[in-house]
Amino acid sequence: MEIGLGHYLTVGAVLFVIGVFGIFLNRKNIIIILMSVELILLAVNVNFVAFSAFLNDLVGQVFALFVLTVAAAEAAIGLAILVVFFRNRGSIAVDDVNSMKG
Amino acid sequence: MLGLQALFFYIFAFVTIGSALMVVFLRNPVHSVLFLILAFVSGAGLFLLAGAEFLALILIVVYVGAVAILFLFVVMMLDIDIAQVRGRMLEYAPIGALVGLVLLAEIIIAVTGNYYDPGTPLVTSQPIPPLETVSNIQALGSVLYTRYVFFFQVSGMILLVAMIGAIVLTLRHREGIKRQSVSEQVSHTGKNSIEVRKVESGKGI
Repeated sequence: MEIGLGHYLTVGAVLFVIGVFGIFLNRKNIIIILMSVELILLAVNVNFVAFSAFLNDLVGQVFALFVLTVAAAEAAIGLAILVVFFRNRGSIAVDDVNSMKG
Repeated sequence: MLGLQALFFYIFAFVTIGSALMVVFLRNPVHSVLFLILAFVSGAGLFLLAGAEFLALILIVVYVGAVAILFLFVVMMLDIDIAQVRGRMLEYAPIGALVGLVLLAEIIIAVTGNYYDPGTPLVTSQPIPPLETVSNIQALGSVLYTRYVFFFQVSGMILLVAMIGAIVLTLRHREGIKRQSVSEQVSHTGKNSIEVRKVESGKGI
């Protein structure tokens, strides 16, 4: 059985939807929300690599590398903000982030 | 040979999706991080099957080696009340499921629709050279360091900014801690370190 582009795109789509669902499901816990964002970025990378392989173009892999870089930077900054927030408030619930009344 | 490839594709795909579901649904954040690691490792397997060897190994090095450990470190450092955090977990499940279903339907419509004509000629800017002559990492490097060198430098700058930002955010000066002050030590001389006083007899200082 041949594995085609559609198989990879299906995996990417399912991962993306699981990530978005996780953001809604874990409204109380910022750490799980950050992990869901990582899952979404993994889904994007799966799509990039699949298109790169099946359209025979290296630029997809180059772009996936940049997505990986930005994801690592985002995780580091997000966790640093989380640590500072926990130090000030003593909790990481999203509902507590309301000092700006937005 | 093709059967083996399909077998491994399905193994990696199901492990990836299953562990992604566990990341979202588990109550303990530590278990979530461990399943996130599993999801990334099997995602790297998918990349390997697609021929992106360098990216697969970088995914393991960056995510399993750095990002997941960072997550684990933060989860264990913060004293989180799991029962309080996950108590009302199912409150947002209906709207989350609704948004997820809408998103999935949109993706299915977009992928299966006839918006893309497969007959159009492909514009390939950097074709992948055959693996027998040029390895994946060599091909990637010859593209990354020539045509995309500016973006490469910019991503380096992003990492630098992220590093400095994380240090500045989490650095704190605590009061009441004895620290070494080099300038104070160096500027000490015999004159300002000894004080001579006349003590009158019968009295203290």
